[in-house]
Order: sequence, then C-alpha cells, then structure tokens
Amino acid sequence: MAEKVPMTALSPTMEEGTIAGWSAKEGDTISAGDVLCEVETDKASMDYEATQEGTLLKIVVPEGGQAKVGQTIAILGEKGEDTSDIENEIAQEGDSSGAETDAPKPADEHSEEKSTSGSDSEASDKQQTSSTDKAETADTGEPKAGTTDKRSGSSAGSDGSRIKASPLAVKLAAERNINLNLVSGSGPDGRIVKRDIEEFRGVPGGAGATSTSAGSASAPAAEDQVIPVAGKRAVIAKRLSESKFSAPHYYVKMSVDMDSMVNARKMLNATLPEKVSLNAFFIKFVAEALKRHPNVNASWQGENIVQYGSIDIGIAVDAGNGLITPVVKNCGNRGIVDIDADLQELITKARDGKLKPEEYTGATFTISNLGSFGVDEFTAIINPPGSAILALGATRPTPVVTSDGSLGVGNIMKMTLSCDHRVIDGAAGGRFLHDLQQMMEQPVRIIF
Amino acid sequence: MANYDYDLVIVGSGPGGYVSAIRAAQLGLKSAVVEKESPGGVCLNWGCIPSKSLIHQAEIAHYAEDLRKMGASVDLAGVDYKNVHKKSRDAAGKLSKGVQSLLKKNKVDYIEGTGTFSGPHEIDVDGKKKITGKNIMIATGSRSKEIPGFEFDGKKILSSREILDITTLPKKLIILGAGAIGMEFAYVMNAFGVEVTVVEMLDQLLPLEDGDAVEVIAKAFKRYGITTMTGTKAKSVDKKGKGIRLTVDKSDGEEETLSADMLLVAVGRAPNTEKIGLDTVGVKTERGFVTVGDYFQTSVSGIYAIGDVTSSPLLAHVASKEGEIAVEHMAGRRPEPAIDPDLIPSAVYCQPEIGSFGVSEKVAKERGLDFEVASFPYRSAGKSVAVEKSEGIVKLVYATDTKEILGAHVVGHNATELIHELLLAKKAELLPEDIATMVHAHPTLSEAVMEGARVAEGWAIHI
Repeated sequence: MAEKVPMTALSPTMEEGTIAGWSAKEGDTISAGDVLCEVETDKASMDYEATQEGTLLKIVVPEGGQAKVGQTIAILGEKGEDTSDIENEIAQEGDSSGAETDAPKPADEHSEEKSTSGSDSEASDKQQTSSTDKAETADTGEPKAGTTDKRSGSSAGSDGSRIKASPLAVKLAAERNINLNLVSGSGPDGRIVKRDIEEFRGVPGGAGATSTSAGSASAPAAEDQVIPVAGKRAVIAKRLSESKFSAPHYYVKMSVDMDSMVNARKMLNATLPEKVSLNAFFIKFVAEALKRHPNVNASWQGENIVQYGSIDIGIAVDAGNGLITPVVKNCGNRGIVDIDADLQELITKARDGKLKPEEYTGATFTISNLGSFGVDEFTAIINPPGSAILALGATRPTPVVTSDGSLGVGNIMKMTLSCDHRVIDGAAGGRFLHDLQQMMEQPVRIIF
Repeated sequence: MANYDYDLVIVGSGPGGYVSAIRAAQLGLKSAVVEKESPGGVCLNWGCIPSKSLIHQAEIAHYAEDLRKMGASVDLAGVDYKNVHKKSRDAAGKLSKGVQSLLKKNKVDYIEGTGTFSGPHEIDVDGKKKITGKNIMIATGSRSKEIPGFEFDGKKILSSREILDITTLPKKLIILGAGAIGMEFAYVMNAFGVEVTVVEMLDQLLPLEDGDAVEVIAKAFKRYGITTMTGTKAKSVDKKGKGIRLTVDKSDGEEETLSADMLLVAVGRAPNTEKIGLDTVGVKTERGFVTVGDYFQTSVSGIYAIGDVTSSPLLAHVASKEGEIAVEHMAGRRPEPAIDPDLIPSAVYCQPEIGSFGVSEKVAKERGLDFEVASFPYRSAGKSVAVEKSEGIVKLVYATDTKEILGAHVVGHNATELIHELLLAKKAELLPEDIATMVHAHPTLSEAVMEGARVAEGWAIHI
C-alpha cells in the first residue's frame, strides 16, 4: 500500500520548508532512519529522515520546491505499485489546503459563480501549488497573472492559512499584492484586519514590476529579476518589520577609545594557543555591562516586561544567503575563552546553514558588527525578544582631545545602541552604554 | 498621594453604570455605585425590560386568533391590563434585584441616594455624606425629552416611562414619534384593543432604519389596524375637558385635529447632565451631552462619562460597552478606543422585529459608496412558512469590489436575534461567501441569513 510522505515540522517554528536536495532517488529502497532529503527551513538546513520503509515511488516536490508542513513531498510503497490514485489525492490536497473555505458542491456547479466568489480562494490554491512542480503543469492560466506574478504572491497566499488575517484583509492584500508576512496585525490577538492592509506602508509584494521595462530597443537594460520571498528572507522581513513597526526605537551613540581593549586582547592572545576573537571580547564586555544593568537584558511581552536571568547574546552573522544571529548562551557566567570557542562553532554552523533553531532564537541582547565592512557607524533594528541591539562600526585612527587638552590620535570605534523605549528609558540606555564604554576603555573595571 | 475611598465611584446604576462597576471589580478596582432609584436604571426598571414584557404579552394576545383557528373559543374580553402591568413590573423587579446581587457578589458598594459632584474626586450623596474616588464615572443616563407645549403631566400627556406604569388602558391613544419606543408602544397598545394613531414628523416610520425593512413593518401595522401618519408635524395640544385634541400639519399641508384619551410623547431622550454638579468641577458639555475622548474621558482628568450622557447612540448596549472601555482604560489596559458606529446593532421589538447595523441603502447612497444590495425574503425559508412567520426580509448592503459587508437589515420574526450572525461577520471582517458556504441547520430562520449572503454571491438556492 503506497503512502504519502508528508513534510514534517523539523523545528518548533517551522511552517514551511524548501527541499534543498534529495538524497534518495525514485526507485531507491528506503529503511526507517535513512535520509530522504535535506530541508531548508526558516533559518537552517536539516536532514529529513524516513520514518517508514519501502521503495521511494515518486518524488512529489522536487529539489528547490517548497512544501508546507503536512503537504506531501513523496510517495513511499512497494516496488512497482500504481500511484495514480494517490497522486490524484495529492492534487486535490493542493486544491483545498490553501482555501479559506471549502466551497460546497453547489458552488462548484455554478461555474459562473466560481469566477467571482471563488476566485479568491482559487487564486490562493494556485499560488500554493505553484510552489511545487505540480502547478507548473496544472496551471490554468489565471487571467490577470503571469507566472512570476503568481509565484511572488505565493507567500501571502500560502501563508493565508497560518497567518491570522480576516477574510477581507486577505482579499484586500491579494488585490493590492501585499505579502501578509510583512503586515503586523492590530485586530484581536494580533489578527490582520482591513485597517492594517490599508495602513500598510511597507514594500508591496513586488511582483507588479515584472519585466515591463525591457521595451526600449536602443538602450537595452538588464531585465528585472523577481526573487520569490520565502524561507529565510520572509522570516527576516517579517521579524524585523514587526520589530521596527511595533517597538519604538531610539538610538544612543558613543565613541570608544579601543587602545586598552586591543592591548588587553594582545596580552591574552600572547599566552593562548588559539587567538580569541575581537567579537568574543565585545560579547564579554557587553555581558558584564548587562549584569550591572539587568533592565537592559529584558523583553517587552505586552502585559509584562521580562528581565531575563540568563544573558544570551546573539551576534549577527552574514551566512551568505541572509542574516542569521547565533546565540551564545549564559554569557554572564562564562569566561572569554569559553565564549569564543562557542562563538566560533556557532559561526561555522551558521555559514553551513546547520544551526538548530534553539541556537539562533531567544537572544536577550544582540550585537551587530559591521566594522569589517569599513562602516563607520550605523543603527540596527532590535532583534526580538531582546529589547536592545548594539551596532559596532570600524575602529579608526581619529583626532581626539586628550585629558591634558592637547590634540592627539586615538583608535576610536563608534557604537550605537538601539533600544525599545517600552522597556528601556533613555537614561537607562545611556547609563548602560556609558558603563560599557568605561569598561572597554579601562578593562580592569570588569572586576569592580 | 491623596487617599481616596474608592478607585472608582460611578454615578448611576443603569446598564452603563452597573456593568462598569463589575468590570472594575474584575480588574481589581475598588468601586462604588451611587443610585437615586432602583438598581439597573431606566433600562431595567422603566425601559427595555418592562417594555419587552409588555410586548411579549401582546404577542400572546395576537395568538388568540391562531387558537381560534384551532377551534378553541378564546375571548380577550376578560383580559385585565392590571395583570399585564404586574407581570412587567415583576420582570423588572426580578432583574433589578439580580443587579443588586451581582454588585454585591463583586464587592461593589451600592450607595442609595442622589450623587452630585462636590469636587473633582468627590461625590456628595443627598447632602449627607461625601465619598471620594480616584476616578469618577458619570453614568446618569437620560430621560424622555420634553417639548414645549407638550409637557408631561402623567395623566393625559405621558412619557414612555409613565405609560409603562399605567394600569388602565385608554380607549384611544396618539403616539408622537415613530422611533423604536413609539412603534413598540403602538404595537402593545393595539394588541390590547387600544385605538392607536402614530404621528411622525419625518416621512418614514422608524426614520433611522432601512426603507425596505420599514415597509414590512408598515404593512403589518396597517393589518393590525394601527393608523400611521408620516410627514406630520404636531402643532399644539389641547387638554381641556375630556381627553386631548392634537392639532397637526399633515404632509399635504392640511391642518387636522385628532382626538384621543391620551398622548404618548416619544420624540427622543435628553441627557441627565443638569443638577449633578458638572459646573462645580468644570466638565465640558455640548448641547447637554458630556464631551468625551476615545476612552470616554471628560475634560477633567479622572472623570469619565459613558452611555446616554455622551453623544453616542442612546442604547443600553452602547452604554455597557463604553463603560467597559472606560474602566479598562483607567485600569491601565489598552482597550479598543470608542466603538465603531457601524458595529452597533439596533433593535426594534414590535412584531415583526428589526435587527440592523451599519449603513442602510439610503445612507450608502448619501455617502456615495460603491455598493450593492442583496435581499432574501423570509417566506422562501421553509421554517418561516411552517411557523407562520413568513413576512420579513434579510437585506445586506455590501461593497461592490471587495464584498465587504457595509450594513445588514433583518426584519421579521426573531430579527433581533438573527442579526448577530451578520454582525459577527462584519466585526470579524468575514465576507458574504463565508456565511453563504457555512452549513446552517434546516429548518431555521437563519437559513434566510445564509441565503441572503448567497444572493450576494449570486447563487441563492430557494429563490
């Protein structure tokens, strides 16, 4: 008896996954525990292991295709078994899972009706299946949409069932080509309602502009590229929009003379077999400052503010295909060598896309360092659930007024703290940053 | 920090006041209610509740005809209105006691007496004692509006409150005003054999309701033998000698004098904002109504006003909701501000009933909305025929492009209950297709609601 192999939730937050590659191919004999494929979830890649045994009869979602949790990605059964029945079922599965409502029979019989009332849910069905290879063949040419149009709408459409949004909001968003992932809801329990769509100021879904500009013959310009927003990019977009739109940010800036810290690092590294990274120093100093200012190591939870017992510092890493913030846990109680070992391991995993969800979520404070890109200074968006993020620039020789009033040259780094004003008032942010600066300039203060 | 007796002192125990007090208790605020009459205010004692008892009994009287058709010899001649009146008072009394025990259960102090402001945080009760509150809520409600020349005398010219307490019926009654109150009394009095004439200045009965819905009621009233005169302005009343004589200017410009035993004046309500010391504390009012913000704060910090004393629709359920919002605000919660007027249901309880919200077809036109209308008759729902309640319609006004529900009007049996499915749809931003595709039990009147939505979707089955 052939069976459907569904996409399963490989992490607590996973709602959708992209098949990064199939390890097994059609016709292979599979035992429970064999790796079927590699799945890229919202932030990491994970192996999908078979839970049953049999022959892999058919791959439903090909490499690069997306599947929501529960959606069939393959068929497993006995060699030579007929899979046509089950394939039909899967085709229907795609038809109903994305719809807001299951239209009863009468609706289907009224073919004229389908084109009006049914169009919304139908559209989202198609958008959903379009993420699998099925749609390419099952596509029935919706009048208004070209291929790219539909695909870019897919995250709104396919997410319609899991994002809380009113039917009217879903409809308006579809009409205006707004990706619901990017909209924060103001209705009951965060539901997206009409008002949220009307007041949405973010970038529209982005599809409308498809390749219309290629017309001018005399000066051929490059074609617009339409990149479907999904997986990691969608998560980054959603989380950071949510943060920036809901948390009232303010920014506090200070300059730090880095000589003492650089010297301290030199002293330490001279005695160590492996050098400790500058980022580990930043984490350690920040952790020490947070210990003295627990009100900054906190989170806005609507009804409550939570001051965390553990200092878990996230550090923004460019993983090539997008930003990720591995989290070094419990920094308050660890030495710098220990922190650095942890950090290096996390960064390697991040670049390989192998971080587990618990390794990149739950930062109580985040550091983003763009110094290596030559950035002087910048402001960062808070990474929830934390309430503050520290943006570090490059260290540069800069003219400074020394303590005796003469002009000298200091190695100055500019740092900017973004705070959520709901949790951290200006004075609190200022005190924290000042303490941090003092410690970095006089590392001996750590023992105070 | 000043010390107050209470976190919240509420003046008035109507549906605004008592609900606020209980909500305050739930949120941990120590509160007191000051009431000069019975717990529950006008709604419970002299409005909604006793009038619904009268209407219920009027409906029973209407069934006499049905009983006769079954062969029973039923004669309404023996009906004594005193018993009808008593039942309505019992209903009011029972619920008023219920409110009192609810307050007690929630540890709200109930203070009898007339409350007036003696300071921004202080209420004087009958000049005998003063109680202080960190917050004070004005929930003193409203009374029947009096018009010069037609002053209430409790005998021949009555307010809605006074007519609720009569134990002997007039032979002939003229009702001034065809709003919900006027129409409901017309229905009741007619059912008990009173010859009723309704006089309305505007050119539609129930001027705020949708025209199609009102037409259904107008037809029914005609069948009952109620005389209605729209576009008719009352000029003067003469109450010398026996009965009264009302002179009116009719819609055709002719003057006419109508005579009756009694005149009910139901032309609106006036806020109870005088004599409660608003001047003492500087609470601003506009045409008698207290000016309030989104969370029903008045111009004076710590003083809130909700319900009929504000200029929002004068309805019990509005007062309750406003009270909840105000209390949540003072308790530091973040309630949804104000109430979307298009989400406030209105209910008229004569038979057939009207339940409605949002825009009527006429208002949609006036506002220049791009809308369409879907209408489904009760008689096409099997249940209505089986229970002999087939007059009525379900009418939806919805946006042409998105099909967003803009308003709904149900007229007919149980309309005041049926409206809520549509109202929930509006509140949750559901679309007609959501109602149209939901399975409704058969046979029910709710099927008419489903079919109404299907009309909007273009595929009603039973029409």
